[in-house]
Amino acid sequence: MTYVFDIMLIALTAALINNFVLYYFVGICPFVGVSRKVEMALGMGLAVTFVISIAAFISWSITTMVLIPGAPVSSFVAGFFLSQEAAARIDLTVLSYIVYIFSIASSVQFVEMYVRKFFPMLYRSFGVFLPLITTNCAILFACLTIMSHVVGVENPEDAWDLGRAIALAFFGGVGFTIAIVIMSGIREELELCDIPEPFKDAAITLVIGGILAIAFMGFTGVDSGLREAIMPVQEVQVSTWVQEESHPRVAAHFNQVRVP
Amino acid sequence: MADMPTAFERFVQGILPENPVYRQLLGLCPTLAVTNGMKPAITMACSVGFVLLCANVVISLIRNLLKPHLRIVVFTLTIATFVTIADRFLAAYLFQMSKTLGPYIPLIIVNCLIICRCEVCASKQSVFTAASDALGQALGFGLALSSIAAVREILGTGMFFGIRVLPEAWPDWVIMVLPPGAFLTLGLLLGFVNWLGMVKSRRSAND
Repeated sequence: MTYVFDIMLIALTAALINNFVLYYFVGICPFVGVSRKVEMALGMGLAVTFVISIAAFISWSITTMVLIPGAPVSSFVAGFFLSQEAAARIDLTVLSYIVYIFSIASSVQFVEMYVRKFFPMLYRSFGVFLPLITTNCAILFACLTIMSHVVGVENPEDAWDLGRAIALAFFGGVGFTIAIVIMSGIREELELCDIPEPFKDAAITLVIGGILAIAFMGFTGVDSGLREAIMPVQEVQVSTWVQEESHPRVAAHFNQVRVP
Repeated sequence: MADMPTAFERFVQGILPENPVYRQLLGLCPTLAVTNGMKPAITMACSVGFVLLCANVVISLIRNLLKPHLRIVVFTLTIATFVTIADRFLAAYLFQMSKTLGPYIPLIIVNCLIICRCEVCASKQSVFTAASDALGQALGFGLALSSIAAVREILGTGMFFGIRVLPEAWPDWVIMVLPPGAFLTLGLLLGFVNWLGMVKSRRSAND
């Protein structure tokens, strides 16, 4: 029950409360660039959701199997050259960025080949978006968030397993799709509006993105309400992805807003 | 190569005429994410400048060895190497700042600005030109980031570099340091810069 609830909370947080686009600003380039037509936006969102889940699976596997200290593969290989204690202490996490970007690029390449061979219709509808996804920050951001919950956690039980990693990535992709589809719907209507000349295209998109972000701020606190509604017991350990340590200023302000 | 801009032209173009944020709309993720204060914005601009300079120089040195279909992979791997260096450096000497910037330092790897400069300039021109291009673009990026950060920090907290500039009576406009403020500020400043450009081109057309 705790596990299912934890997954639900991660999903809700990733998709709505801490939306990738409107809260963390990752994937802004497609948000501004590819949101002119609803069909294009939906195709881009689905492609990102697909690739982000695969990238999360690969990066979680590589992190736990190879990169962290005491990982099975690296300590097995190092066991040939070093003593057992030294082999268990090998820490390859400094290589993580290079490994992640390489695994994302190659998985996008493989997905492209596979889809072109077996689903030609789908491939045509993805079109030019698949190769562009390599340089989409949202994918790397999901990998890094998963890594921050696997590497350097206080006690080993708190480290995320594969289910949590996939839930974060998949629902992050769903949140990206929601944001970009809403944006493209608004922009289709904007074609008919009389916008001041300097604000056409990117500027008005960013201003509307700001208004959307204000709207999505309304979801703040839904997670704690859900926690109280389903699990009144206080001792339950759930991951608090919402209180992101890396954003102390924003977190502090959110706490001020929440508890006046 | 006769029609390629020279080193000095590249440097000047990067600062205002081809400003990476306001003109080319590149590298928007860090632009929006870290500009809730001047200090993180300046640190971010310095890190991007370091990575841009090193990547441009390396790509320019090996530009004759690049195969066309593998160049993007080589670009990203080169950038990832220098981003790792910058990230370790920040974690060692500016630990609090590296905590504040969080995942946005590693996200420099997928910053379109650096890949774009490698593609447009460094893979075609000599080392000196590539380096001056990187310096110009980094300066332009830093100016754009500090302009947004100044607006957001002054309006949002009444402070500039952590020093109080507005009177105590100023009610902190908290939304400006929260995510929506980033979108609004950048959108309005972008419209303002576009308007300035239109006024300038209209005046030169009348002359």
